[in-house]
Amino acid sequence: MNGRPRARRLAAAVAACALVSTAAPAFAQVDFSGAWGARLHEDNLERGGGPEMNEFEGLPINAADRMRGDSWSASLWTVPEHQCIPHPADYGPNFSQLVMWSDVDPVTKDVVAWHTELSWMNPVRTIWMDGRPHPPAWAPHTWQGFSTGKWEGDMLTVETTHLKPAYVRRNGLARSEKAAVREHFIRNGDILTIVTIVTDPVYLTEPYIKSRNFQFDPGYRMTPYPCSVDVEIDRPAGEIPHYLPGANPFISEAAAKHKMPLEPARGGAETMYPEYMERMKTLPTATMPAQPAAAGTAAPPASPAAVGTPARTPER
Amino acid sequence: MKTSVAVVATLAIASAASLFAQGAAPAAGPAPAARTDGAGAVHVWPVQRNIYALFGPGGNSTVSIGDDGVLVVDTMTADAAPDLIAAIRTLSNKPIRWIINTHSHPDHTGGNAVVARSGVYIATGNTRGGGGASILAFENALMRLNGSAGSPDKVPEAGWPTDSFFVKQKDMFFNGEPVLTMHQPSAHTDADAIVFFRRSDVIAAGDVFTPDRYPVIDAAEGGSINGTIAALNTLIELAVPEFNEEGGTMIVPGHGRICDESDVGDYRDMVTIVRDRVQDLIAKKMTLAQVKAARPTFDYDGVYATPSFTGDMFVEAVYRSLTASPGAASRSPAR
Repeated sequence: MNGRPRARRLAAAVAACALVSTAAPAFAQVDFSGAWGARLHEDNLERGGGPEMNEFEGLPINAADRMRGDSWSASLWTVPEHQCIPHPADYGPNFSQLVMWSDVDPVTKDVVAWHTELSWMNPVRTIWMDGRPHPPAWAPHTWQGFSTGKWEGDMLTVETTHLKPAYVRRNGLARSEKAAVREHFIRNGDILTIVTIVTDPVYLTEPYIKSRNFQFDPGYRMTPYPCSVDVEIDRPAGEIPHYLPGANPFISEAAAKHKMPLEPARGGAETMYPEYMERMKTLPTATMPAQPAAAGTAAPPASPAAVGTPARTPER
Repeated sequence: MKTSVAVVATLAIASAASLFAQGAAPAAGPAPAARTDGAGAVHVWPVQRNIYALFGPGGNSTVSIGDDGVLVVDTMTADAAPDLIAAIRTLSNKPIRWIINTHSHPDHTGGNAVVARSGVYIATGNTRGGGGASILAFENALMRLNGSAGSPDKVPEAGWPTDSFFVKQKDMFFNGEPVLTMHQPSAHTDADAIVFFRRSDVIAAGDVFTPDRYPVIDAAEGGSINGTIAALNTLIELAVPEFNEEGGTMIVPGHGRICDESDVGDYRDMVTIVRDRVQDLIAKKMTLAQVKAARPTFDYDGVYATPSFTGDMFVEAVYRSLTASPGAASRSPAR
């Protein structure tokens, strides 16, 4: 496979989105205000219960990101600083309900900003429409980043920078803070399509493109989603759950469970494209790990002394 | 009047920056943007309340502005000091009264003499006033800067700290808030201090936290990997996020962008994971060359490796720190 068919497909996808955006009445397309229900009919791995460990298929990750994923332990979510992290702007639309509204300049009546709020963790995002520049490199980064928008016909195109480091899939595949995100918001009647294109010079070999559809849902009311941090695992101070290189017992588990070869589960740009299905037919089905997954060992916990912090009283 | 204009502009920028951080509704003010105001290569960013971060060519400074005057954490390099002063003067015409050094390296202390000379020491009773601003540092930093510790950081007397401390914390009250200068043992060096502006809820971290690069562990000056991790965990213990692990306590690193707790957590995770990997390879009796060949920073190099401090160099620093003889990297203050 070479890059040209891919490039054509990517260009065709974006062009199709643009075509759809110009085919419907203008009024319905330029106002995104209101509540939108996620249709949840694409990319099952990114919604609901989410992916299994080491399911990397369909993502243009490089070897460094694969190592990040292999190192990741789900127990990381129990570390206090990780418990209340919302999905970043480039991941949140995967499955949450969505509410959008705009701010209007009271004098000129121009739309100064669009806002989005997602149901899961209630992250609020601002898309500036007043032409302001993106902040300098030393400005803070946030989960929703800094976004500016412009109209391309009836399609709102949004550029986002200043994202915190996060993930392209919630099983440890990293997305760096050097990433930039371009989105297209397209309304076609009561359907809103958000096309998200993630470019990450650190962890992706080519742009990661996905689309999500939402149904206009005027009866929906956003519900609160408070999050409180609770220490429920009594572990040595300073211990960070992770797997040492070569020690993750789950690498072939998901592939074997779904009776697919291991190679596609390791991810990479080639696994995004239809041609890869032919190669998959030539590969052997993965086998379950020799040891039960439950016997897997994370990195040996560092002792409090080794971490350099005083021994603590158990918090329970 | 010029000062008034600068202050108004600063308040507008502060307002806009706050909105950016919180994703709130738009204001009529200008967008948060780089601002030089004739301050050369030093750029000002309002952090919150009366604390500002200043970004120079070789490192960051943190400045407290208020009725008591100006307090400066780290003075950049000697070359950048005039621009640092010019940037401060766009924020306040009050005297610079205090300098706090987070450690002794010249990219954080090189401007001591110039910045101190531009400030004043306000005395009372029978104490002689005048002179320049006071300079506070942990005792080991004083001994490196005055040459008694035999350090390459030695500078002429005008750049020496006028005040030092050897206990774990030095407190003062300045510009309406407690300012806690907290020693971090054997981290980047053995002279590190972080400065916590408690009401403004901002921490100047110095080089125990450098999110744009791997942590540089200066073993020759008493630094260690485990002390670095301990210092990062101290920052996390002090910081409280506002909502969704974001905002709240803001942290100005020694180098790199403004951060909050989640950013420190992400960095702490990386440093801890690399430490664990190297420790595991050492336990397997691997030599330094073998540990480097295993590339334990491979997945992080795209984020943190720089030409001047590569992943290999970080691995070597971690290896040497973990294999150093006990106590080699945790010296007590040499008094």
